[in-house]
Amino acid sequence: MNQKEKRKERLDRGIKVRCDGIYALMSLREMAYLALPRLILIVGLMVAPFWITQEYWQRVLTVACVYALLAVGFDFLAHYVGLVSLGGAFFVGVGGYVSAVLNTSLGLHPLLSIPLATIISSVICTVLLLPCLPLRGVYFAIATLLYPLLAGRIIEALNILGGTDGIRGVEGIPGHYTPIYIAIISGLLFMFGLRRLVNEDIGLVLRAVKDNDQSVRASGINVTRYKALGVFLCALGGCFAGASLVHIYMWAGISLFALDFSILPIAATVVGGAYTLVGPFLGCLILVPASEFLREFGTLRIVFYSFILLAFIVLKSEGLFNFAQRKYHQFERWVEV
Amino acid sequence: MKDSVILEVQGLTKAFGGILALNNVDLVVKEGEVVGIIGPNGSGKTTFSNCVTGFVKPTKGEVYFEGKRITGLAPEKIADMGLTRTFQIMRPYYSLPAYKNLVIPLMSPRAKRVGGWRGGGRLGDKSTVGVDILEEIGFERDSYVPYKLASSLPTGYLKRLELARCLALNPRLIICDEVFSGLSVSEIASLLPLLQKLQMEGITLIMIEHRLRELFQIANRVMVLNFGEKLVEGPPDVVIKDPRVKEAYFGSEEAEEVMSYA
Repeated sequence: MNQKEKRKERLDRGIKVRCDGIYALMSLREMAYLALPRLILIVGLMVAPFWITQEYWQRVLTVACVYALLAVGFDFLAHYVGLVSLGGAFFVGVGGYVSAVLNTSLGLHPLLSIPLATIISSVICTVLLLPCLPLRGVYFAIATLLYPLLAGRIIEALNILGGTDGIRGVEGIPGHYTPIYIAIISGLLFMFGLRRLVNEDIGLVLRAVKDNDQSVRASGINVTRYKALGVFLCALGGCFAGASLVHIYMWAGISLFALDFSILPIAATVVGGAYTLVGPFLGCLILVPASEFLREFGTLRIVFYSFILLAFIVLKSEGLFNFAQRKYHQFERWVEV
Repeated sequence: MKDSVILEVQGLTKAFGGILALNNVDLVVKEGEVVGIIGPNGSGKTTFSNCVTGFVKPTKGEVYFEGKRITGLAPEKIADMGLTRTFQIMRPYYSLPAYKNLVIPLMSPRAKRVGGWRGGGRLGDKSTVGVDILEEIGFERDSYVPYKLASSLPTGYLKRLELARCLALNPRLIICDEVFSGLSVSEIASLLPLLQKLQMEGITLIMIEHRLRELFQIANRVMVLNFGEKLVEGPPDVVIKDPRVKEAYFGSEEAEEVMSYA
């Protein structure tokens, strides 16, 4: 046997040193080390609408970014505040209906009704969820799951807000590229904003609430208030998603309360990587187009979709982003033994 | 030591179903005192601290802190007045580095109002103030220890971190629930001067302890609980020689130590 054997040698970079403080600015190379991954995502998304020429796939990208708002919000609430929320559909529904009403009844321009509806409905959602805030873990999840189911049935049974027909004649967002850039920019802002927030002092308190709410109380801080803040921030993303969807589809209906809006963000978080906020964003950029590709298989679509999800959960449960980040901070090379 | 009363507990009773965890316990603590609460396992020491700090609502009795009635108030309201506690089972924020753990009390309304420990931390970077407090409490500033995740710290540091979290709130009274347990003799020896320093600064301490010998070095007064009732109260050297105390501890882990005081 004269075969040379090789093994992988792994060199962990001093991540702390390279990514922290003044050291990150020492040379162009160090700055690129930090900025490149971010720039790839930002520039990539900005160029994508021009690169994708078919209107259909442009729409898919828009919807993916809208879902990303929900998924990033879910990851934030579940892994930084400690509230596993299945109420994504509720945020979408309330945001959507409020924006539709503002547009059709008050005649507000979509570019005005979307931000206004986002704030109004986030406040509504937070107030409605206040009674659930003392609940923990799976109990909070179940309670929040009931909200979208309940809201949809109430609209159907009482025949309010257009009943099963929904609200028609909602004004679309003018311009071909406007909706897609609204979705991309708001998604990126929300994601990078939250990533910044969780390392600020207020974000630290939120993470402390997740770690140990008893000692937060012993420090003289009202836990419910901070949980409400977390829900409000998550609702901002969800309600914005709902409001923009309504203007993209030019229609608000009970399907806004569909559980897809609660479940897909969770799947995206699993695929993309939890506790990163970027992971869920990437997860949506993968899962939403994937589900469109799979349409060719007709009824088998859900089967393949489920298999993809299962494969991720079983084989790469840490998620893509956590995996990629780990690899990025390491050198690997083959050495002869 | 001043003469003004800081904490007054009257007839504190807590029943869990039919079991009286606390039965009619009275205690008066003066400002600047170090009061020890001892007793065998299950005698109601931790329930006492839970009832006083608001984590458990007492069945009967009243608690007054600095003359104000605090019975049954929420823990965050009581902490806001300056009465805080450490937890017997340490409760740091495991996903945060040690110094970031202290940002949370520094963010509290109380710290914003009256400042953190010694009034600091209202201005400037809260993380830096966190490192300052940790240094005072025995974390080596220039080492990597204050910057390590709380989940990777050994017990000795976690106990100090519990204390630091209380101090960052600029408290008037700290109830220390077994800060010595799980520590080596030398670790306790290094913690004692720190506690004495706190007393000198005018912070009142109530120490719930099983480590009697170390406690008696700093305690001005000791209360002994047994089956939820107050057995004796008085200076440590008097209390420990009481035959009822010896009887209460008989058969427990500390029996040998208690008997040695004869």
